Amino acid sequence: MTTTTPAPTPGADPAGLRLRGVELGYGPASAPPVVGPMDLDLPAGRVTAVIGANACGKSTLLRGLTRQLPLRAGSIDVLDRDAAALSARAYARTVALLPQHPVAPEGMTVAQLVERGRNPHRGLLGGRAPGDDDAVASALERADLLGLADRDVSTLSGGQRQRAWLALVLAQATPVVLLDEPTSYLDLNHQVELLDLVRGLPDPTGRAPRATVVAVLHELSLAARVADHMVALAGGRVAAAGTPAEVLVPEVLATVFGLDADVVPDPLLGHPVVLPRGAGDRGAREGAA
Amino acid sequence: MSPALPLTAAPTGPSADARDAVARLRRAGRRRLTLATAGLAALLVGLVLLRVTWGTYQVTVPDLVRILGGEVIPGASFIVLESKLPRAVAAMLSGAALGAAGALYRRTLRNPLASPDILGVTSGAAAGVVLLLAVTAGQAGGSTDLARAGAALAGGAAAAAAVFLAARSIGGERFVVAGIAVSAAGQAVVAGTMLSLAQHDLQSATVWIAGSLNGVTWGRIGLMAAALAVLLPLGAALHAALAPADVGPDLAHALGARPGPTGAAALAVGAALAAAATAAVGPLAFVALLATPLARGIAGGRPSLPVAALTGAVLVVLADVVAAEAVGLLAGGAALPTGVLTGAAGAPLMLWLLLRQGAVRAGARPA
Repeated sequence: MTTTTPAPTPGADPAGLRLRGVELGYGPASAPPVVGPMDLDLPAGRVTAVIGANACGKSTLLRGLTRQLPLRAGSIDVLDRDAAALSARAYARTVALLPQHPVAPEGMTVAQLVERGRNPHRGLLGGRAPGDDDAVASALERADLLGLADRDVSTLSGGQRQRAWLALVLAQATPVVLLDEPTSYLDLNHQVELLDLVRGLPDPTGRAPRATVVAVLHELSLAARVADHMVALAGGRVAAAGTPAEVLVPEVLATVFGLDADVVPDPLLGHPVVLPRGAGDRGAREGAA
Repeated sequence: MSPALPLTAAPTGPSADARDAVARLRRAGRRRLTLATAGLAALLVGLVLLRVTWGTYQVTVPDLVRILGGEVIPGASFIVLESKLPRAVAAMLSGAALGAAGALYRRTLRNPLASPDILGVTSGAAAGVVLLLAVTAGQAGGSTDLARAGAALAGGAAAAAAVFLAARSIGGERFVVAGIAVSAAGQAVVAGTMLSLAQHDLQSATVWIAGSLNGVTWGRIGLMAAALAVLLPLGAALHAALAPADVGPDLAHALGARPGPTGAAALAVGAALAAAATAAVGPLAFVALLATPLARGIAGGRPSLPVAALTGAVLVVLADVVAAEAVGLLAGGAALPTGVLTGAAGAPLMLWLLLRQGAVRAGARPA
């Protein structure tokens, strides 16, 4: 192990996010909930990957965790504090979100974009707060964007731009970071690069060595590579939760994705790798045998 | 069991180089903003001075100082205090109001076409005023300045409300399409009502509808100044509070902002600013739409309401100098209503901005 942190021991971890009886939905209260009722503990100082088929409630869950969507029922504790008791700005100093489709404003430099992450630390009129420069500089350095700080965001490549968004979230300096499919549209090398960056995110409050990260991810093998903890959602409920090795098993994959798959360990790193099987694959092998 | 990935060490703070680079960039941006504000303010003072002293009737600067000091110079005093100075002040205030209104619309709706003149507020305010003229036609004294301002505000508010009801949300293509439709409806009301006006009222209404500083009075200026004294600081605060919304509603929410209610308030203040300007000087075409992108260019990409307001003021005073004096004096033509000039200059400028926008969009990769 080249890590500077103790090996994760799920179960013994304190909860970073604790959901009890949470129900989320759109439209009238009589409409069936999209998510829940759900009890869920996400470990503090760890990376949790949320996986599930399309429309299983992953993005809705994240909208609930950022309080963009009000809870229909239940409660969420963030780092042992009731989320409902925090003001919007105080919550934004605790929980950051990188949405799936952030809007890149025209004519804005990378440094100006990243500076937006300081908003919850500022007054109502947006005057500068102490530590702004340090936080922006740290975020740019960590995302390896210092050399591009004065570039127009619209001129960046896809991978650079996604790093710029991540730097904005880093400048927000929150102990909890939520990421909604941060690797969409990226080449494989940039996906790995970004997820390794995510795995190394520190807790800026110094409470824990690493931030509590919750990432919705599509690529199962990459999710297993980055995650300490994994939650599989199906129909707005938790279908399985645990280490990647516990969750990524053929039975869960069949339930959650309706996918026939074999799972093998990565020969170098040991995390589970999913090998999907198509309808005719097994028959073809048996026929040949 | 845990994948043995390299983990970055706990935070140790940024390197001195990085901190210096960030501070340098921030100071450069701030300096650009200060320079833009100071430069525009100086330009505005120069243009106002030019507007008051230069023209078919020239006034020397020493005479102007004496007139402003209270001395009565036969002829000159009347022309300065009742014609030249009120026009210059009205141009400055209405330009500032339209520039600020455009900046509020632009930031809230995040659309290059978003401005109160395109989205129906200005034509709604104009319809309110023309309807008032039709109702009060023939009455002794006609309409007062206060009634006119009230009618403009009611018309502008009705138009903004209609757009909001039709679009059912703030922002997006629906909002722009609804705004353009309401704008067309407002213009139809104006055209239809004008047909019913008597000859005398029609003449003054036609000039006013073109956006004219001709008939402006100190009474109207006072009303506009009072409205601006409240609305401009309020607009500046809302504009600043909307900064996180530049990166989209989801991220704005996660940054602790409330883009929905703040944006609605910003649009209301923007509509009131545009209506206040329209009540005083008529619907000046394109000023609100153009001031924001021009101000952004001048300020180096930083959206700033004060810079947009100053840009709007410079645009209108400049247009008034050209339309009222330069065309007559240098080209031998008749003086034009100021709105004709802002419209004539604004249309090609807007096309150029749209083409540039298209070029940026085409050059940008999907996020």
